[in-house]
Amino acid sequence: MDTLFLAKLQFGMTSVFHFFFVPLTLGLSIFTAILETAWVRTGKEKYRQLTRFWGHLFLINFAVGVVTGIVMEFQFGMNWSQYSRFVGDIFGVPLAIEALLAFFIESTFLGIWVFGWDRLSKKLHAAAIWIVALGSNLSALWILVANSFMQAPTGFRMSADGARAEMTDFGALLFNPHVWKQFPHVLSGGIVTAGFLVIAISVWHLAKGTKDRDAFITSMKFGTIYAFIGTILVTLAGHTQMQHLMTTQPMKVAAAEALWESENPASFSLFTVGDQENLKDVFSIRLPGMLSFLAYNSFEGEVTGIKELQKEYEETYGPGNYIPSVITAYWSFRFMVGAGTLMLLVSVLGLVKIIRENYDFSPFMKKLFFWSFLLPWIANSTGWILAEMGRQPWIVFGLLKTEQGVSPASVVSSGELMVSIASFFLVYLMLAATDLFLMRKYAMAGIDHEE
Amino acid sequence: MELQTLWFILITVLFTGFFFLEGFDFGVGILLPFMSREDIERRTIINTIGPFWDGNEVWLITAGGAMFAAFPEWYATLFSGFYLALLLMLVAMIFRGVAFEFRSKHSDPRWRSFWDWSIFAGSAIPALLWGVALANFIRGIPIDAEMNYAGGFFNLLNPYALACGLTSLSIFTLHGAVFLTLKTTDALQEKAVKTAKLAWVPAVLLSFIFMVYTNYETDLYSHLGINPGIIPIFSVIALVSVIFLLQKNAAGWAFAMTGIAIAFSTITIFMGLYPRVLVSSLDPAWNLTIYNASSSEYTLGIMSIVALLFVPLVLVYQGWSYWVFRQRVSTGGKLEY
Repeated sequence: MDTLFLAKLQFGMTSVFHFFFVPLTLGLSIFTAILETAWVRTGKEKYRQLTRFWGHLFLINFAVGVVTGIVMEFQFGMNWSQYSRFVGDIFGVPLAIEALLAFFIESTFLGIWVFGWDRLSKKLHAAAIWIVALGSNLSALWILVANSFMQAPTGFRMSADGARAEMTDFGALLFNPHVWKQFPHVLSGGIVTAGFLVIAISVWHLAKGTKDRDAFITSMKFGTIYAFIGTILVTLAGHTQMQHLMTTQPMKVAAAEALWESENPASFSLFTVGDQENLKDVFSIRLPGMLSFLAYNSFEGEVTGIKELQKEYEETYGPGNYIPSVITAYWSFRFMVGAGTLMLLVSVLGLVKIIRENYDFSPFMKKLFFWSFLLPWIANSTGWILAEMGRQPWIVFGLLKTEQGVSPASVVSSGELMVSIASFFLVYLMLAATDLFLMRKYAMAGIDHEE
Repeated sequence: MELQTLWFILITVLFTGFFFLEGFDFGVGILLPFMSREDIERRTIINTIGPFWDGNEVWLITAGGAMFAAFPEWYATLFSGFYLALLLMLVAMIFRGVAFEFRSKHSDPRWRSFWDWSIFAGSAIPALLWGVALANFIRGIPIDAEMNYAGGFFNLLNPYALACGLTSLSIFTLHGAVFLTLKTTDALQEKAVKTAKLAWVPAVLLSFIFMVYTNYETDLYSHLGINPGIIPIFSVIALVSVIFLLQKNAAGWAFAMTGIAIAFSTITIFMGLYPRVLVSSLDPAWNLTIYNASSSEYTLGIMSIVALLFVPLVLVYQGWSYWVFRQRVSTGGKLEY
């Protein structure tokens, strides 16, 4: 089988799986830190119990995030050696800084936090989890600096022989506008992921009837506010990111909207069945002018369509197919935005509940609040699928095509790839099952009064 | 100093730090299922490395990142060339990493046994494979004119590399056993001392075999990039001295000596390699060196500033974490894992 296809499959599988765990780490580290701070400030036992409770879930999840993250770092060299040679001068830098600046902080202070309950003062112990949260979120920043170079390359020149891209301006790499549109989106995505999990588990305990009602009401309050703030932020950040993409990767936007022809004013598709072969709609329901509004905050303004962009790219980059899989881009965008809309709804419902101080849940409400924890996961995964697959055929936009980045088949054969795909698949399946089993066990066990 | 050399040194430092630090937690992991059958003792053993192992592993992640940033060709050739070996190492590290977190979160004995053996395998496999990798660095691997690896998985498993792998495995085991004598109390400590004395024998024997073998299989002795002088001799003396220090109950010194043995032999290998980073067994002209594998001057400059700013900081807070948990771990204490 084709090594390019297999390498893409493996990268997609391992990165989506890795990102099941990362956002929860980002969001839950901050959440646990907030609870411990509340404990230090008020001295109330329930805050200590909640810190321990959410801390346990954080740790189970963190472990899987770390081990699947190592795979990501190794995989660039293993499966994308030509890519690594091409961009190492630039892309390697944020990766190395991520390890030096973020992973060391995260791992060292997490060790201190887990084992330091009796050895550090309360304040120092709370500081440790804040530092872990800082480390986790810093690591997200640096990996997004790296990813942003793939999305919108800047601060570089081509080497004399054209064999690689070389960094000319570290500041430009770091202050790439793409980073600062993407980072808030990922950060708030983490907050939302943690917030909805906190709501789900708190509601589950409250609805079931728990002896720790007071603690779980507090948990529900904190979680709802956290989720609500996160949802607002993630929506706004996503909106500005999409507007920014109009300037850097209009093809991704056009594909996400299944906009074949340029339009002014451009309509927003509610439901489209497209025909990628002939670049046209089979069936479509559209809101007139709405896409222009989303793109420019005005009902006027041209949004360039797929056909025109293809023509432009052929003129700039030579003949070739520059259209990503429209069905993937279109539906991943709709799942992400759809999940986001539902999250807004559920978090507002949660706010109403806590304002009214009504913590009784009808069977329907219980189910709604509980299963909403899946929404951020859907949005996180489809968001990355759109970001990465919507950029195709490029691995580094405008500079290197994905097919040019893969390790040569003479070095990494399709047989070796099949072995690694099968291994990762089985190991990850086992990790997922074990993680679910333990998360469920600890979530259901509730607050531990023994310790 | 030219930046390429500076970065070669920094990567040597990162690998040395990794082998020194993760070396003892690999060793503890390897010994875990053999030192005791009792859960409480196993938990105590794990707790001696509990706060540290993850931070120690980051030395490797940072070495990998630094390789990518400073010598992208080295990173690309090595990681794609050693594909299946690295896959095996990754799977091992995955099991080991989650095992520390998972093993005590459920009380079924079969569950605990499974994760304990995961810690064993997850420690033993990388401990062996790192020796195999280093041996292949200096012995040479088939690398073609395009810097691509032209061999297969079994090229890496030659007898010389396996001998080096067994050597690193045995030295890390000894290093871990000595660490346990420092960090445990009472019955467990006595067991650790006995284990360390036992582990010393294969470590010394294999080291000698490896050194003689190196003379035949590599140009390390004749074609030294930089003459390491007495560094390798110190490494040998340090390793041999461990048994006498253990006899005298000088566990701290014994640990320092296994540490020196690991650090100095790593440094010797990297000095022998310099200025090459990977030796081509096909044609010396196709060697990867710090010059043809490196990033641009600008990138190396940026990275140097970052390293100068942050490496000292890392050393300070990692050192602090060892200070916080300097006490021995006893079976009577509170166990987090």
